Amino acid sequence: MSLLLIVALPFLGALLPGILNSAGRQACAGGTLAVTLTALIGLISNIPDLMAGEVITQRFEWLPALGLNVTLMLDPLGAFFAALILGIGTLIIIYGRYYLSRNDNMGEFFTYLLLFQGAMVGIVLSDNILLLLVFWELTSLSSFLLIGYWKHLPEGRQGARMALTVTGMGGLAMIGGMMILGQIAGSYDLSVILQNREAIQSSDLYVPALILILLGCFTKSAQFPFHFWLPHAMAAPTPVSAYLHSATMVKAGIFLMARMWPVLSGTPEWFYIVTTAGLITMVLGAVIALFKHDLKALLAFSTVSHLGLITMLLGTGTAFGVLTAVFHILNHATFKAALFMSAGIVDHEAHTRDIRRLGGLRHLMPITAAIATVAALSMAGIPLFNGFISKEMMLEETLETQLFGPHWLVPAIATFGALFSAAYSFRFIVHTFFGPKRDDYPGHPHDPNKGMWFSPALLVTLVVIIGVAPFLVEPLVKTVAGAVLGGVYAVPDYHLAIWHGFKPPLYMSMIAVAGGLILLAMHKGAQAAWDATPRPEAKTIFEGIIAFFAGLAEKITATLHDGAFTRYAAILSLTITALAGHAWMTGNSGGRVFEPQPMTEVALLGWVALVAATLFLVFKHRDRLVALILMGIIGTVVSVGFAYFSAPDLAMTQISVEVVTIILMLLALNFLPDVTPAESSAGHKLGNAVVAVLGGLGAAALTYHLLLGDFVQNSISEYHLANSYKGGGGTNVVNVILVDFRGFDTFGEIIVLGIAALVIYALTETLLNGPVRARLLNRVPDKPLAGDRHPTMMVVLTRIMMPVVLLVGVYIFLRGHNEPGGGFIAGLVVAIAVVMQYMASGFAWASDRQRYPYHGIIGAGVLAAGLTGIGAWFTGHEFLTSSFGYFRIPPMEKFELASAMGFDLGVFLAVVGAVMLSLESFSRLARRAHVPDSDYPMDIDPSREEETPNQEGAA
Amino acid sequence: MSHWIALPIVLPAMLAAFIVLVARFHLTIQRVFNLAGTTALVALAAGLAWNASDGTITLYQMGDWAAPFGIVLVGDRLSTMMVLLTAVLAMCVLLYAIGSGWDKRGQHFHALFQFQLMGIMGAFLTGDLFNLFVFFEVLLIASYGLMIHGGGTKRLKAGTQYVLYNLLGSTLFLFALGALYAETGTLNMADLANRVAAIQSEGSAGIRVAAVLLILVFAIKAAIAPIHFWLPSSYAEAPGPVAALFAIMTKVGAYAIIRTYTMVFPPELEITQGLFDTWLMPLGLIGLVVGMVGVLGAKQLDRLVAFSVIGSMGMLTTAVSLFTETGITAALYYVVHSTLATAALFLIVDQVREQRGEAGLALTATKPIQSAALLSGMFFVAAIAMAGLPPLSGFVGKLLILNATYSSELVVWAWAVILGTSLIAVVGFGRAGSTVFWKARQVADTEEPSEDVPEQPKAPVLPFVAIGMLIALIVAHTVLAGPINRYLAATSAQLFAPQPYISEVLETPGKDLSNAHDKDYGDKKDDAHGVADEKEGH
Repeated sequence: MSLLLIVALPFLGALLPGILNSAGRQACAGGTLAVTLTALIGLISNIPDLMAGEVITQRFEWLPALGLNVTLMLDPLGAFFAALILGIGTLIIIYGRYYLSRNDNMGEFFTYLLLFQGAMVGIVLSDNILLLLVFWELTSLSSFLLIGYWKHLPEGRQGARMALTVTGMGGLAMIGGMMILGQIAGSYDLSVILQNREAIQSSDLYVPALILILLGCFTKSAQFPFHFWLPHAMAAPTPVSAYLHSATMVKAGIFLMARMWPVLSGTPEWFYIVTTAGLITMVLGAVIALFKHDLKALLAFSTVSHLGLITMLLGTGTAFGVLTAVFHILNHATFKAALFMSAGIVDHEAHTRDIRRLGGLRHLMPITAAIATVAALSMAGIPLFNGFISKEMMLEETLETQLFGPHWLVPAIATFGALFSAAYSFRFIVHTFFGPKRDDYPGHPHDPNKGMWFSPALLVTLVVIIGVAPFLVEPLVKTVAGAVLGGVYAVPDYHLAIWHGFKPPLYMSMIAVAGGLILLAMHKGAQAAWDATPRPEAKTIFEGIIAFFAGLAEKITATLHDGAFTRYAAILSLTITALAGHAWMTGNSGGRVFEPQPMTEVALLGWVALVAATLFLVFKHRDRLVALILMGIIGTVVSVGFAYFSAPDLAMTQISVEVVTIILMLLALNFLPDVTPAESSAGHKLGNAVVAVLGGLGAAALTYHLLLGDFVQNSISEYHLANSYKGGGGTNVVNVILVDFRGFDTFGEIIVLGIAALVIYALTETLLNGPVRARLLNRVPDKPLAGDRHPTMMVVLTRIMMPVVLLVGVYIFLRGHNEPGGGFIAGLVVAIAVVMQYMASGFAWASDRQRYPYHGIIGAGVLAAGLTGIGAWFTGHEFLTSSFGYFRIPPMEKFELASAMGFDLGVFLAVVGAVMLSLESFSRLARRAHVPDSDYPMDIDPSREEETPNQEGAA
Repeated sequence: MSHWIALPIVLPAMLAAFIVLVARFHLTIQRVFNLAGTTALVALAAGLAWNASDGTITLYQMGDWAAPFGIVLVGDRLSTMMVLLTAVLAMCVLLYAIGSGWDKRGQHFHALFQFQLMGIMGAFLTGDLFNLFVFFEVLLIASYGLMIHGGGTKRLKAGTQYVLYNLLGSTLFLFALGALYAETGTLNMADLANRVAAIQSEGSAGIRVAAVLLILVFAIKAAIAPIHFWLPSSYAEAPGPVAALFAIMTKVGAYAIIRTYTMVFPPELEITQGLFDTWLMPLGLIGLVVGMVGVLGAKQLDRLVAFSVIGSMGMLTTAVSLFTETGITAALYYVVHSTLATAALFLIVDQVREQRGEAGLALTATKPIQSAALLSGMFFVAAIAMAGLPPLSGFVGKLLILNATYSSELVVWAWAVILGTSLIAVVGFGRAGSTVFWKARQVADTEEPSEDVPEQPKAPVLPFVAIGMLIALIVAHTVLAGPINRYLAATSAQLFAPQPYISEVLETPGKDLSNAHDKDYGDKKDDAHGVADEKEGH
């Protein structure tokens, strides 16, 4: 079967349990099993080729530019691990079918399990280290889901997060390491990297790469000091523990060390880091395991210890070490998975895993007891079981290993570890199954149905077979070891056998077993001593660190982003000033071509007015009305400035914009208190002043600099001046720019105006439907209202002015193309004419007489402008292409018609609509329920006979 | 003459105006028109991208005026790609907005939506800096309207800050444009490229300041630290679908930086050395830290996502700041990824908010929510993408960026920060997800089982379809990383060889004025220039 299919099968099959879930538990588990078995058979179908010495590869391009490709490779090492993963996976699925209760969502469980399985198979079959990283992190993620499967248990959630954090951290470090490795080797393909031993080991980046990759391996394989997550991952359902945390996932780190062994091992750095970590882990795990009362915790620490053993063997960097490591991986997978499953059975039947509440179970569940005993004896290293042989070999290897000084140190430590290993294995057997039967088990222990004990039974059969006849697996172990060695060393000529004669390893083994028995006998006292010793509790420390950082992050984030807009703006201003200042300082400020012009009296006057008004505003800004007036002054000075510099259009626009804005703001002031409360302290004010002055000085300096310089080439406005009449048909260049040269900008700007009005309207609607409505209705104005809401004088005057102003608007609009004016200004003027009616006679009266909704006017304006632009398409021209011609209709004089007028009409309408819609919205806010709308244009009308409308509004 | 390239701007503008004019009281009509328009946009954008895929540069001269005197639209690989991304995103978001009923919680949603699209499309397509300013205004004001859609005190407050901060940005934009124009006398990007290259090193201070001011304008839009402060509250408080649409808004800033600083101020330009090439990457990395620390420290799910946006913009900035072909290629890949992932997350979070009721989005455990399995699964996937874990596009993007930074002097810093912040993000998302989705089960277990929970109304399907579409796009972006990356590499190459673009823009003739004299000018036969002068003299 194609390698891709083997990897993809579990992922594709992960859909199956979810679908089959509703078809019943049997179907769900059956489907999952079928998927795994198919993949396993697919793997086996490749064995003949493998036996012929071939390395099977398959390659698909994914992201070749990066070197990330789906490159798969099946060599003996990969096949060995893949077989472990799929084989034990099969057994776990059978076991899990009976382990999960009816309350558990089996579909979800098997989905996660298959995802995990696929990721694991992916790791061991990857030939591309980036692809391997993908699968690597996928195992972290899927194990996160599996550990947290029982979502209601806090231990499950915490354990899942801890596992994800620790292994995720390692994974990220490994990304760095792998990428460095790839950069050195020039390829991310393992087959290429493995050829580059010299280049890699002589590189300056070897050590960082090694450390980063080992971080990944150590976290995954729970090596000291990252061993602490594994026991907490035991909150997962037992099938998960048996699968992930004994047989497969924790071996991923080991696998990677084995995979990278040819290029990374053999250096002092490798030797010291890996061997030391392995040795410490082995002893530490074994010691802690002895004192754990939870069966799964005991097994978890024993797993940590055994992983340490394998790591140490890989660290030694010898061929024999590798051979032993491979053999022990096989043995550990068989007996540890069986042990976990037995522990799960005990938990399932006795309803507790606490070893202190167990004992005597061999009478009640003999099959389980037999299985567990065989597996545990193998773990203890008793002859005739497979654990014995690999442990012997391990001890032999330690005799050759010299670390930090005396040559007896490593063997002694290893024996010490083996002693504890024997002790906890004996304790597991004796304290659970032996002793008298008790009558206080939480459940009613009995042997489970055979579906549940089938899997561990099969595994312990293997334990015994390998233990008795190790030569059966010798070719396998040697082939795999050969693949690990990768040609750096030859596979040692060593025969796997039970009996190697009276040699030091045997004595060491005997010491370990005897010591283990003694330790078990003294367990009570030892346990008391252990409990009395203060030890750092990894979980507390870890959670403490995370909580600390989370708290710190929360504090930093909350402090920085507390919504203080002044600070946000100050940081913005300072950043701009600093970076622009830096650019200025590092540049050359010469090359100025103009002299400053002499100061004229008018200019000086304008300048003084501007500065004085601004300064005044700084100090008086809390009095809102005064502030508004001052802003009016500033606006007027700016308008005058435009006029002074020969820009009549701008001046007209500016002045009408000023009028409209001030009216809008006055309306808004209506809802605000007269005075802004003082909120800043003196220190704040000083700081803000510094920021503002810095920014202002910077802007002034830049302007001064720019005004004295000249364009690097002629500016585009010369073209506009030259062609506005010839090409745009207008003599008012500003207008031609607005409606023709850069009509598209104007199109955008009228839309901005229109949107603004729509937003104001939408905002008003929301406010009127919300709690603000009540506040508005109940507000007490700061000042008494004027008695006469609609004064006769004003009504009469505005009525008279209306047609005049409208005429002015039309005039300004029509002359716009050739003289100062245009749609924008005309729109503002007309809007002012209408606004006056609102002001004079009130909102209700005026809007009753307004036939066209302002929304529509805005829409029509944008449409008119747009359609004028689209019109050009029909003559085969670009959007907004103008055309114009001159016509004569007697008795009028010759006049010009330009398509740009249609556009300008759109501008006009949009401006009128936008201004009026905004005003209308503000007025709607101002309407008050207890002041009835007037039916009349003015309050006092001499011609009216009935009583004047009530004047409750007057205070 | 084909007008296709103008349509992504003109069509939404017309459609929105039409909706305002005739359909403002008819929600169904608005929905139909908006959907039809957005669908047309997707098709249109796909066509434009296809047209540009062979390297063709399409020029459109507004009003038939030749650049640099008139405004031009330019469609090249980059701009059409961004237009396509926007259209596709808009489609998903619109479906969600309709499905979840968000569009009827305030006024003018559909018109503002189309105006917003017009602004974004315009920003991507325009070849003129002032026109870019106009489109920035359009998208700013429309986005403000969308942001406060539906109202509420907190949202209005956040909206005020949003619009104020961005108005500061607009002001800065005007300063930058003024400085640029004063130095060069033009605002067309291609023309600027030629003229900036002609500026001597004597007197470089002005153009240097202009270049910095301009990049800062775009940096505000792109929420690059330390000028990102407008983002967290406004994205968190915005309605879910609007926040999702905003995923493209930060990219507008990134796009503008990429466009302007490969063409107008290319990395090899002598007079702007020692500026953003030195400080942009550190700022990007700071943004990455600020964002991911925010993810860990957020107390609300929506703020968490908002901070992850800041983080991803930091990541993007880091890639952009290299200003190399591989860097920009990686950045462009990340742009697409980040847009899709952000949008998906915001929509998912909005569904959580809808279903949790009064508990809102506080990161505390509450009763289990409806469709928790589906929703938590989607959250898991989107969070993986956002945190940059395998196997999704975030991881691919991260690898591309790590690979691109290898040549930088700051490589150690970049790698350490990128990988370190990934871990922080993983922890942050892990904590949030397990609290919201898993701890809820515990709460449920401890509660009285006898309590009869009234059957909740079934959650609508359309929102999940929309989220599903985004996730499918993320998956597609991952699986097709190879071809996509090839395309982006070509895009990047086009950016670093801007001469064809510049020639196309500047050498295409516009309106033919040679026969203009044939027309009847009436009495005014004299030189137009003279007339103008004469009039002003009055």
